[in-house]
Amino acid sequence: MGGEGLGWKDLEIGFVVTEPGNASSYKTGDWRSERPIRDNERCIKCGLCYIYCPEACIHEDEEGHFEADLYYCKGCGICAHECPRNVIGMVEEKEE
Amino acid sequence: MAKEEDLFVPRQVTTEENFAPGHRACIGCGEALAVRYVCKALGKNVIIVSATGCIEIFSSLLPQTSWQMAWIHTLFENVAAVMSGIESAYKVRVRKGKIADKNVKFVGFGGDGATTDIGLQALSGAMERGHDFLYVCYDNEAYMNTGIQRSSSTPYGAWTTTAPVGKKSSIGQVTWKKNMPEIAVAHNIPYVATACPSYPLDLMAKVKRGAEMDGPAYIQIFSICPTGWRCPTDITIELGRLAVETGVFPLYEVINGEYNLSVDLPDLKPIREYLKKQGRFKHLNDDNIATIQTRVEEDYVKLREKVKR
Repeated sequence: MGGEGLGWKDLEIGFVVTEPGNASSYKTGDWRSERPIRDNERCIKCGLCYIYCPEACIHEDEEGHFEADLYYCKGCGICAHECPRNVIGMVEEKEE
Repeated sequence: MAKEEDLFVPRQVTTEENFAPGHRACIGCGEALAVRYVCKALGKNVIIVSATGCIEIFSSLLPQTSWQMAWIHTLFENVAAVMSGIESAYKVRVRKGKIADKNVKFVGFGGDGATTDIGLQALSGAMERGHDFLYVCYDNEAYMNTGIQRSSSTPYGAWTTTAPVGKKSSIGQVTWKKNMPEIAVAHNIPYVATACPSYPLDLMAKVKRGAEMDGPAYIQIFSICPTGWRCPTDITIELGRLAVETGVFPLYEVINGEYNLSVDLPDLKPIREYLKKQGRFKHLNDDNIATIQTRVEEDYVKLREKVKR
């Protein structure tokens, strides 16, 4: 849960969280059962995958393509479904 | 020289994310997506008051938070009351010279349960008193956070755990969805709008307009919920688009009483396309679907008449 070993006495008064956006240290990537894979040959760099990602985990790389950050990606498949050029496919996650 | 791809619209949206990843929303959550857009549009100079509900649960699991701005959680019933209190206190302190006026925006977030059922009275009061705020209702059409119980925003014919489908006659929800935007319009407030995360630029423009407005503003956002609607996680955007194209959730704004359709559709798509993608409607027979189709068309005609006037 990201707060192991913390008791209520360790928290601020009123349960104030003093560090904005600190949920970003939490890994949601292990929820995933399918991961997005990309074939950047066909990519037109439109950015639809970026704008439609509920996790805000898709970022532009140096070449202008977009890459999902697998630390956060929950594998919903929206990017693959919405991609106008079928650049993105979903493959099953395997145990490593 | 500008590269060709720079002209694509999604690339012109700010890359600043004010809603941090690592939130615990369900996979494919349309509400989390809507919150992301709203936070992008609002920026950091806001105070957000959030009702109990999915948003509060998935964004703020102690000791962590996804919010990058001032945010406070309150109860189902008093979001609008807390928000109007903060707004009034801010105004008074500015007037007395205790703090500098930084043009802070006050925003309330609530689900459909917190807006159309439990918090309606407080919201109505805040609108009537004319506080300067923006209220955003994330409408996922049931109490999803506690386990898909019906709300007054649940559409006719939808299955929920408290409106179950029977073997003989019960078809789930037997009442029609409460028309909350119209209730907001009836308060004569300066800005009311409906939005859908499948149309992100329209959504962000409406949020900006609502926040800039002097006085109360109300925006209802259609938040697709794959968990509660019993549909695959990857069709979130497609479902939102279908809801608009079939007329189930028309996008419009009402600025100072004047109606304006954001997406005008001369021909609506058959409602079956929208219903059949969701498990919560799979029990409906042809008669039920025809009933819903008639009602949706009637409502759309009424809306278009208001636009003409």
